[in-house]
Amino acid sequence: MSITLAAQINSILAALILLTAFGLLVQRRIYGLLHLFAWQGLFLSISTGIVGYVAGVNHLYISSVLTLGLKVIVLPYILHILIIRMQIRKEVDTVVNIPTTMLIGIALVIFSYHLTAPIIELSTLVTKSTLAVALATVMLGLLMMITRRNAVTQIIGFLSMENGLFFAATSATYGMPLVVELGVALDILIAAFIFGIFFFQIRTTFDSLDVNSMAKLKEEE
Amino acid sequence: MNQIYPVIIEILQIAILLIAAPVFIGWIRMLKCWSQGRTSAGILQPYRDIAKLFTKDVVLAENASWIFRFTPYLVFGVTVLVGAIVPILSVDLPLSATADVIVLIGLFAIARFFTALAGMDIGTAFGGMGSSREMMIASLAEPAMLMAIFTVSLVSRSTSLSQIVHVITSKGFILRPSIAFAVLAFILIAIAETGRIPVDNPATHLELTMIHEAMILEYSGRHLALMEWAGMMKVFLFAGLGIAVFFPWGIAPKDNLIYLPAAILFLAIKLCLAGTGLVLIETGLAKMRIFRIPEFLGSAFLFATLGMLSYFILE
Amino acid sequence: MISDITPFGTAFFSIILLLAAIVIAAFLNKYQKLLISVSFSITALSCLMASIAGIWGVGAGYVESTTISMGIPDLPFHLRLDPLSGFFLVVVGLLSFFVSVYSLGYVKGFIGHRSVTHLVIFYCLFITGMFLVILSDDALSFLISWELMAASSYFLVMFEDERVENRRAAFLYLVVAHVGAIAILLSFGILAGLTTGFKGFDGYTFDAMRQAEFPAGWATAAFLLAFFGFAAKAGVIPFHVWLPEAHPVAPSNVSALMSGVMLKTAIYGIVRVSFDLIGISNWWWGAIVLIFGLISAVLGVLYALMQHDLKRLLAYSSVENIGIILIGIGLAMIFTYFEMPQLAALSLLAGLYHTLNHAMFKGLLFMGAGAVLYATKERSMEEMGGLIHKMPWTAALFLVGCISISALPPFNGFVSEWLTFQAFLLSPSLQTPLLNLLIPLGAALLALAAALSAACFVMAFGVTFLGRWRGHHNSPPPFDSPLSKGGYRGVKGGNGGLEVDWYMRIGMIMAALACLILGILPTMTIGWMDALSEQLVGDKITITAGEFGWLWLTPIAHERASYSAPIVLIVVLAVVLLAYILLHIRKAAVHRAPLWDCGFEKVTNRMQYSAASFSMPIRRIFGFLFSIREDVRAVYPTGNPLFPKRLRYHLKVRDRFWGLFYKPVADASIWISRKVGKLQQGRIQMYLIYSFITIIVLLLFLR
Repeated sequence: MSITLAAQINSILAALILLTAFGLLVQRRIYGLLHLFAWQGLFLSISTGIVGYVAGVNHLYISSVLTLGLKVIVLPYILHILIIRMQIRKEVDTVVNIPTTMLIGIALVIFSYHLTAPIIELSTLVTKSTLAVALATVMLGLLMMITRRNAVTQIIGFLSMENGLFFAATSATYGMPLVVELGVALDILIAAFIFGIFFFQIRTTFDSLDVNSMAKLKEEE
Repeated sequence: MNQIYPVIIEILQIAILLIAAPVFIGWIRMLKCWSQGRTSAGILQPYRDIAKLFTKDVVLAENASWIFRFTPYLVFGVTVLVGAIVPILSVDLPLSATADVIVLIGLFAIARFFTALAGMDIGTAFGGMGSSREMMIASLAEPAMLMAIFTVSLVSRSTSLSQIVHVITSKGFILRPSIAFAVLAFILIAIAETGRIPVDNPATHLELTMIHEAMILEYSGRHLALMEWAGMMKVFLFAGLGIAVFFPWGIAPKDNLIYLPAAILFLAIKLCLAGTGLVLIETGLAKMRIFRIPEFLGSAFLFATLGMLSYFILE
Repeated sequence: MISDITPFGTAFFSIILLLAAIVIAAFLNKYQKLLISVSFSITALSCLMASIAGIWGVGAGYVESTTISMGIPDLPFHLRLDPLSGFFLVVVGLLSFFVSVYSLGYVKGFIGHRSVTHLVIFYCLFITGMFLVILSDDALSFLISWELMAASSYFLVMFEDERVENRRAAFLYLVVAHVGAIAILLSFGILAGLTTGFKGFDGYTFDAMRQAEFPAGWATAAFLLAFFGFAAKAGVIPFHVWLPEAHPVAPSNVSALMSGVMLKTAIYGIVRVSFDLIGISNWWWGAIVLIFGLISAVLGVLYALMQHDLKRLLAYSSVENIGIILIGIGLAMIFTYFEMPQLAALSLLAGLYHTLNHAMFKGLLFMGAGAVLYATKERSMEEMGGLIHKMPWTAALFLVGCISISALPPFNGFVSEWLTFQAFLLSPSLQTPLLNLLIPLGAALLALAAALSAACFVMAFGVTFLGRWRGHHNSPPPFDSPLSKGGYRGVKGGNGGLEVDWYMRIGMIMAALACLILGILPTMTIGWMDALSEQLVGDKITITAGEFGWLWLTPIAHERASYSAPIVLIVVLAVVLLAYILLHIRKAAVHRAPLWDCGFEKVTNRMQYSAASFSMPIRRIFGFLFSIREDVRAVYPTGNPLFPKRLRYHLKVRDRFWGLFYKPVADASIWISRKVGKLQQGRIQMYLIYSFITIIVLLLFLR
């Protein structure tokens, strides 16, 4: 596999990651969200593997497998179980309507490109051009957390943000040191468990997973 | 001799368009029947339909004006002109410089404009409803279409179809995320523009769910035949347009008649595949609510825009 | 004074002819019919002369100027005819010619109701004002002619002054026009002052300004002031509120001129000030123009879609088209700044071509709307329908206007929008990444506007001319309606019962022909307009555009894109003819039958789609841009709660800008006036005390 072909495949994968990030923004069904998230993890894992191959950085293979295991299989499975246990409605409520969210998303992509342009100028890596996509994925994840009401969609948004960060790390510097990556992976896993526990708490307190009901916690003046 | 070849190819292409469009629709309908476990009427049924309609008398609504009678001819004429421009068989078309992609959109737009007027002309609620919805869909599809063209023109530095085919075939196959996004966007737009499921259902006979059929509800006889035929050609041409812009390998280059048989073969294969894809989409999806269509076309716009952005960001 | 005939001499003579028409009108007050025939004939002649002067002047790339020593001593008037003013002379002159011919018939409709003398006088003054604005070559005469134009059009809007809406609209128009004029005055003040370094008054001529170099900050201030001043006149959103009020209430021939050409004088002003006088010194000037253009284009057409008053719809559509023109000009500014003269020439010509096109088709459409108004005395589309049978000529001509404005080939609107799209598609050659990403989104917005305007004009034409009579006033009909004879269902064929007279038809026919010619011969038009782009951006596109002769329009390069309107027209007509002949060899009978009514049997005219229902899907999608009040009330017969006797649907769509910008300003100014009003005591001693205090304070300061 030549470097140019690898770079081409990598940019296709970057495009696909961006696409799934947008898909998460516009998807209404909760299972659809879960599938898209799994796909995003898969693309990320393949991309990490390819970057590892191109750069000859072996520990990237480990992170690739880790991503595959954690973000494509384990986390979606946990969330799946959560959704079944808590009998969440299949349609997801949005705060802002979907076309507007899309337009904001496009604006964010342009903004991240503008933001990363100076860094890309300096970088010499093959993967430098995907940095903008990585930053955009982070921002889109955050946007998703803002525009969705349901707590489960919020955690998916959070995890997608983490995907973006991970992708940024691989594309900007060929990955973080392995120790850091392992630590982050563990954090994510634990975060998912904590989220799960919180969901049960939220639901028993408010009888719904709509995070808007947390406004009730505010003290009356 | 070399002067005459392009003219021959042009005539051949128009003939193929006129003849093959009903077969293409017949193929789609046949596959659809198979996939849904029904017995199909055969691949040639569209011919029989058109032939039957041509022999029938015309029944006009009582206050239909000349616009209603003129529209079928105009729609047919415009569609044939588009067929003479899109390089389906060869890039060596004398008329291909008449219009670039943007003019093609304009040509489809004028056909749509008159069809919508014809829908308003008869003075029923259905006609107006069809026109209103058609124009709504068209206005949302247009920005997405333009974005897709923008992306393609970034790669090929041209909006002229022959030139796009030439550039893309001469550069060899390159994996381009921008083009991939543009293809996705184009498929969604083509579905909306040709009125297929999930945007519109060409086979429906329930007035309230119709869009295109609602506009032409009052047509009969030769007028209906022309409208139907033009509609089939439109589906064919959108497939041909997609092939020419995104999968042009196999279209005959300039000044060479030898490639022509191969080009016809390639075209047939590609169209079969395109038809199969369309059937898969149509069988797999249900018709959307009318106010979900903005989201559908919004995604088309999103894909096209992402294509444009990824050209600058990733390439 | 004028020894041999030059373009300038012709233009000058046409102005004198217009002034003569005014004098004659004053004398013919008693003979109204004669007055109309004589004055409008003279006006038509003079407008024709002016446009010939313009065509000639632009074609020859000719510049001539003169100085007239009148007005204030030491500040003579300067007049100048260069390609830019020649082009706008054509825009104004050509449409005014068509409209003057049209007015020969249209204004006769007022005879017996009111005296038309002052309509005629202000009409002539209005055109004179526009000609002088275009020809003037110094700030003083420019502003004086600008005011002449504004004031005379104010009186034209006030023509039917017994109606409250007219007075309100005219007042609003006057206010906005003057706020704009103040901005323009300030801008010229800055330029004139800087030209001479704030010494002396010699800087007021445009010539002096052209020579001068301006510091960046002042240049920007002058540009912004001029842009906002002219934008207020052009009806750019958010300064557009006066436009949909004033244009519809004026007599239709005047609305045609106001929408068709008066707005263009503002475009002229923007181009003159930015390209010629100041020179583009920042790329974001272009970006501002582009953004305002895009906003106006999209919102203008969306608001147009929400209207049910035909003339109001056309007025909002003018906002859209001004937006499209500004898009071209904005792109030209950006390209000029980045030193790409060829692309700048392309976008500038696209914008100016659209200026000419919009004058033609909007004039045509307003004349058509005027003809409908003349025949039916009705402005709301919801009360019309089926007029194609009653007014076949007007309908066909209005249709030409609709096709042109919807940017459909092979008519003229398409050519200019196509050129604008090409300019957009060439923007990636800018070496600025951020602009590269943002400008294509502008192209998408333009595509949205173009498609929505097609929807808008399907609605306008369909609801007004097609279908059947929708009116509430079934008995008695609002006019002697042949539609009502034999019931509403028995309308067969057309009998042209309401068609307008030949003057009006000829006026419209000429405008329609202009639309067609500008549409199918764009290469020649662009070749003619070359002097313009050479004067303003220093390059031309004919070498590329006309490379393959008059048949092909190929901006930049022939591989890049090409369009041949004549071939489109010929091939489509040939196929249509062929299909028609082939299908009529065998005689198949044509029957007329009642409509398919789903077996319901009681289809009435009121069940047709109306303008409100046609635009409903778009209203729902873009609803957040408007303030919409919808109200459905069902009236039930007593004792039957299930089947309502009738439904009342009330819809009110309002411009958000009114509440957002204008209402606060209006409220604030009323509040301030109230406060200031308290100073007025009515007692002379108080006033003397005010003066006394003022004098004391001034003396203190000036000590």
